[in-house]
Amino acid sequence: MINLENISFDHCIKCTVCTIYCPVARETHLFPGPKQSGPDTERLRIKDPYLVDDSLKYCSNCKRCEIACPSGVKIADLIQVAKFQHLKKKIRVRDFFMSRTDLVGRLATFMSFLTNFVINLLPVKFFMDVILKIPFGRSFPKYASGTFHGWAKKKMPDQSKFRTKAVYFHGCYVNYNNHQLGKDLVDVLNAMNIGVITENEKCCGVPLIANGYIDKAKKNAAHNIQALSRALGEEGTRIVSTSSSCSYALKYEYANLLELNNATIYDKVDYITKYLYSQFETGNIPPMKPVNLRAAYHSPCHLERMGGVIYTINVLKEIPGLDLVILHSECCGIAGTYGFKKEYYEISQSIGANLFRNIEKADVEVVITDCETCKMQIEMNTPYEVLHPVQVLARAIKNNTR
Amino acid sequence: MNYIETQAIIIGGGATGAGTLRDLTLRGINSVLIEKNDIASGTTGRNHGLLHSGARYAVKDLESATECIAENRILKKIARHCVEDTGGLFVTLPEDDPSYHGKLLASCKFAGIPAHELSTKEALALEPNLNPDILSAIRVPDGTIDPFRLASANVLDSTERGGRIFTHCDVKSLIKEGSAVKGVQCYDRVKGMDFEIRGDIVVNAAGVWGQHICGLAGVELKMFPSKGSMVIIDYRINNIVVNRCRVPADGDIIVPGDTVSIIGTTSKKIEYNEIERLIVDDDEIEVLLADGEKLIPHVSKTRVLRAYCGVRPLVDISGDIKGRDISRGIVLVDHEERDSTGGFITIAGGKLMTYRLMAEMTANLVAKKLKVKKKCSTHRIPLPGSEKKIQPMKQIKKFTGIPGSVTGSTLYRHGQRVHNILTKDRKNYGLICECEMVTAGEIEYALKNLNVKDIVDLRRRTRIGMGPCQGELCSYRAAGLFVEFEAAGAKDANIMLKDFLEERWKGIKPILWGDSLRETEFTYWIYQGLFGLGDIPEGDGKK
Repeated sequence: MINLENISFDHCIKCTVCTIYCPVARETHLFPGPKQSGPDTERLRIKDPYLVDDSLKYCSNCKRCEIACPSGVKIADLIQVAKFQHLKKKIRVRDFFMSRTDLVGRLATFMSFLTNFVINLLPVKFFMDVILKIPFGRSFPKYASGTFHGWAKKKMPDQSKFRTKAVYFHGCYVNYNNHQLGKDLVDVLNAMNIGVITENEKCCGVPLIANGYIDKAKKNAAHNIQALSRALGEEGTRIVSTSSSCSYALKYEYANLLELNNATIYDKVDYITKYLYSQFETGNIPPMKPVNLRAAYHSPCHLERMGGVIYTINVLKEIPGLDLVILHSECCGIAGTYGFKKEYYEISQSIGANLFRNIEKADVEVVITDCETCKMQIEMNTPYEVLHPVQVLARAIKNNTR
Repeated sequence: MNYIETQAIIIGGGATGAGTLRDLTLRGINSVLIEKNDIASGTTGRNHGLLHSGARYAVKDLESATECIAENRILKKIARHCVEDTGGLFVTLPEDDPSYHGKLLASCKFAGIPAHELSTKEALALEPNLNPDILSAIRVPDGTIDPFRLASANVLDSTERGGRIFTHCDVKSLIKEGSAVKGVQCYDRVKGMDFEIRGDIVVNAAGVWGQHICGLAGVELKMFPSKGSMVIIDYRINNIVVNRCRVPADGDIIVPGDTVSIIGTTSKKIEYNEIERLIVDDDEIEVLLADGEKLIPHVSKTRVLRAYCGVRPLVDISGDIKGRDISRGIVLVDHEERDSTGGFITIAGGKLMTYRLMAEMTANLVAKKLKVKKKCSTHRIPLPGSEKKIQPMKQIKKFTGIPGSVTGSTLYRHGQRVHNILTKDRKNYGLICECEMVTAGEIEYALKNLNVKDIVDLRRRTRIGMGPCQGELCSYRAAGLFVEFEAAGAKDANIMLKDFLEERWKGIKPILWGDSLRETEFTYWIYQGLFGLGDIPEGDGKK
């Protein structure tokens, strides 16, 4: 049967600009590029699903092709759908656990000290490399003790005093690894007289989609759509996320890839800096003191795709004493779970190599980026600490209260 | 002056001519084919590529119907890589006469065509893009056939067995000795030289151009040129041939041909002197798209790649009648009997579907005249590439390590000959045509084995430039390869490139809107803006 749902490939005029912008095609001949893997072979896959290329698996779904396309072809979506519809599915223990960030996070945070210790032992790393095909050289994010959600339920300062409220979709990274980012967000919003609501959320589904667990991703997505719509409550309440990929998924992947109806939340979801900037524009700027920091800003691919980079830069510009170097926009290479896999590790590292060099050249104290996996990649490959824009903002606010 | 001697000379490199060449060569008769353009460049290559089950003719033309179903079964065996057994549906729309459905079923049964009634639900399960409002459906063993591959495979088989072919050669005159035809005077347009072929029998298989050839022989045969136009949709919108269940009319079939879908066909009477300057009219395109949309609503959302038309080689037997009413039956004329012009045979009428039968009938007559006893074997011996059942893709993948899309497409085009093409060679790891997955290796194979003289010929052998970009990215690469593989000089390659893009442009012009317009604009930027191709002087009249 011919599935004619995403027919945007019909608009491709073969200009090949997507392949020029593809970070994977630039680094390896194994991937023929988005034009070839997307619109070109889509016609063939419609004719006969057997005409599928294994090389599709090299696509990291960074979506830079879609940004480049002048014809509005949803190239990366085409490739993702082709991947899970036509490529033979290999069931791998690694992919299973890597895509279940919720499950792994809950287990790991239960005994975070032990997890963080064990995961860096040489024999364990060796075992993971050989058996699980997780590259030896890869470093892992540290797990926190307990969850952010738990903290928010029990220890978060009273939010009922704020009239304006925002629903915070914290995502797995804040929940299990970086509580501080979540706490900083609460501080920032509170300083702007905005209350924070958290909801009982599940993983947004990005790692599940990347690893081909579409049914599970759909389940999570349906849960999140329901939970977030419920939490919205009052008119004018927005949903914010501190993860660029989570917000991209909530807004676009749910509808385009998972074919779910997310109309109830579509208009309400904002990546945090867009929300902050809209508040700043109305004059709601929290009091800040100079941070005296020279930082490089790296724009993540999915934020680029959403057109959200401009808001982050505008928000950062409001921070006094921040000497900002805006890096040339390029992929860091990690692409979520992509860089955690042995077969793509080298490609992932060489994609990022230029970015790492540019960071070194920028002569800064810290790097700022919106995405948690970009942070992991940059921290592993450069000597710098990587902060989220919200964390820098929180610093400026704290300087003021101090 | 060059001089060639042979037993039989065939004029016309369409399916019938190519089939006759093969049939004669298989019988051991020394034969030469002469074609003024390229193999399958006339009517053979200008139809919707339907492998008829005969159902379309069953109600009105029982003879054609029975011929079709017989040939349908043969072609599925001997030309596996040229046909695709998609199956076909006849669907009745709410506005159609519902009684035709019953007539069709009964006639199919009478003609021996296996036709089964389907519930609308079953039909929609088979072809989900079908108009959901259909009233009834009949399943018939229709399929698709690639006329370029079919004709080319026939030629390939006979040249491998000693037959000879000259393409891009005009027949200037017939050599007559007394009342008998003894040979042809030719002009080779590529080399720019005259030559002469002498033989015992000249077969006029020039289709609609046969009227002109008969004129050269001094006999009269009147053709009834009827133009049929079609439009091509960017990708397959159906996997099964969809026919409209009504008395044959314009725009009542959608055929999935290779990577595209084709909406056919109109029927318009034209004058004989117009056959060289065929243009698709706007009203034809309107009718095709409007009626196509009724069968498959998705038509309205897709890009139209091009429009093209061919001319049916119908023989005018009586007076002024409409194109569809004329018998599409086979007309074999022995001019020795009819006009006492010895050594001259005309084969005309018929359809692509019955090309083999027409060739068999012609070859029988030639063999009788030459007193050769050997019987026809074209219905038994498979064409080159179709020797074995299609191999599972897996084995080939392992063998070469070339991407599945490339292997699959090459296999689809060349059958078993894929082994001669996809060798472990650099040439096969880069694409020349990115829409239809043609490698440099495939182009080399075509240049060396398949009588390719220019890029338009190459397109007929490989589908280069037939995808959505219509030659935007592949044509200049192909022109380069002509030079690299020593098939042309640099100057000729430039002229070829220009001719090829002009030929593509001809089919795009009638449907120039939407995405096709954007695509064409972009192609124009590349070839005129960047390469200045329009500034290349015209060829020296050879082509």
